[in-house]
Amino acid sequence: MALYSEKVMDHFRNPRNVGVIEDANAIGEVGNAKCGDIMKMYLKIEDDIVEDVKFETFGCGSAIASSSMATELIKGKPLSEAMNLTNKAVTEALDGLPAYKLHCSVLAEEAIQSALEDYYSKYPEKRPADFAARPAHDPHDLPEED
Amino acid sequence: MKIYADNAATTRMSRTAIEAMIPYMENVYGNPSSLYSIGQEAKEALDRAREQVAAVINADPGEILFTSGGSEADNQALRSAAAIGARKGKKHIISSAFEHHAILHTLNRLEKEGFEVTLLPVHEDGLIVPAELEAAIREDTCLVTIMTANNEIGTIQPIREIGEICKRHGVIFHTDAVQAVGHLPINVKEMQIDMLSASAHKFHGPKGVGFLYARKGIALTNLIEGGAQEKGKRAGTENVPGIMSMAAALKEAADHMGENAAHQTALRDRLIRGLLEIPHSALNGDAHRRLPGNANFCFEGIEGESLLLLLDDKGISASSGSACTSGSLDPSHVLLAIGRVHDVAHGSLRLSLGEDITEEEVDYIIQSVKEVVEYLRSFSPVWRDLMAGKTPFIL
Repeated sequence: MALYSEKVMDHFRNPRNVGVIEDANAIGEVGNAKCGDIMKMYLKIEDDIVEDVKFETFGCGSAIASSSMATELIKGKPLSEAMNLTNKAVTEALDGLPAYKLHCSVLAEEAIQSALEDYYSKYPEKRPADFAARPAHDPHDLPEED
Repeated sequence: MKIYADNAATTRMSRTAIEAMIPYMENVYGNPSSLYSIGQEAKEALDRAREQVAAVINADPGEILFTSGGSEADNQALRSAAAIGARKGKKHIISSAFEHHAILHTLNRLEKEGFEVTLLPVHEDGLIVPAELEAAIREDTCLVTIMTANNEIGTIQPIREIGEICKRHGVIFHTDAVQAVGHLPINVKEMQIDMLSASAHKFHGPKGVGFLYARKGIALTNLIEGGAQEKGKRAGTENVPGIMSMAAALKEAADHMGENAAHQTALRDRLIRGLLEIPHSALNGDAHRRLPGNANFCFEGIEGESLLLLLDDKGISASSGSACTSGSLDPSHVLLAIGRVHDVAHGSLRLSLGEDITEEEVDYIIQSVKEVVEYLRSFSPVWRDLMAGKTPFIL
């Protein structure tokens, strides 16, 4: 079996929503260069809808593919859906990732969480009572494969 | 265009090497330990192979032990020297920080068994300093093991000087020459090498076969117990087709070593000049004291695995020392040992050229790497911050 699924390779070779949104009102950045992955998400939120989303990623094939897929999964969707996007959903949409690459999908989830935290800190009146960004994971604790 | 530029990982078998195997699978398939003629023919063939291999490194045939490859030879060399040392109460070993894992992991085991290990620094140029080696030698030092050429960055250690120092201090000197044998001239007597490991698939021979040279008088410790093959030091029926093929491949490599090295060196240098035109890039390891086919770079702001995957799409097979290609979170211990910080070590690329590399192929590699690096930087947040002056460039 190849290292990555066809879906992963497709999103890696032709990443969707790459770039920067100049007037983004929610920006999240997670990871660090020391570990070899950084993801930055730019969201344009209007009326509780993710009107537009773009990303920039420094990382391996699965990090780029996870970023691309995550943006696809939240683009045009209500904020509540973006808020509840999990790494599991990103991984499933990519037809799976190798066990030691699962943390790339976790980073994608966290990048969105980080952008939402940025948004609600700018507009505290919009923050739902139950929203608190999930804390960043320690890449040394890789999630278990399903 | 299809370009295999990962010859440090393994090589394509040569036609000579393939043809050398066939008779020993088809006709002379006897067990060399058997009395009847096809057994004895196989035994005679092994003797010839041993002579051929020994001749290339100026050893005596009796000093060559056939193994399953470089890792086994490394393990047996270290275990043997450690056992010799332990019998004399000498339990200190000197090595370098960027040895192959076959060495480093064996040393870890020996440490758990009570040995003390000093790892010499390899400095920014990827070379040890002989004076630092000499200073590290103690009364209880039983072994110095330093690789001839590094598998990632290709730097060639001052083996002759190391050999002299070890000889002067009466310490056994082993060298992991897996990347060097068949590519660089090696004379174990002149270089005062006591033990040396080699692997056939690095010089266009088959996988799963290699050899350990151990100077006469060095008592070897078995890793594999059983029959009396290899003078009782390595049990198991000999891999006759593999050994015959290795000997043929090694002879071929040795016969053409000078011309191959000159050709590869010229094209390697063209490749290095071309890729260093990429802004904020660096060559890893000394520019000249390196294997003829090895070029290893760091490119700031990108990650190595995505670089490899996109180069593969362009038909180029290469490798990287990024964490993502190793399955761990840390990038290559070799790049860290020469002082590259994690951030740039993740963006490394090793290109190891074959003897048949052409100028046209090198130019295609240069063009392709430039395109891919530029593309990956175009959406790298690390590169954006570097360009915006938010973080300082390292390279």
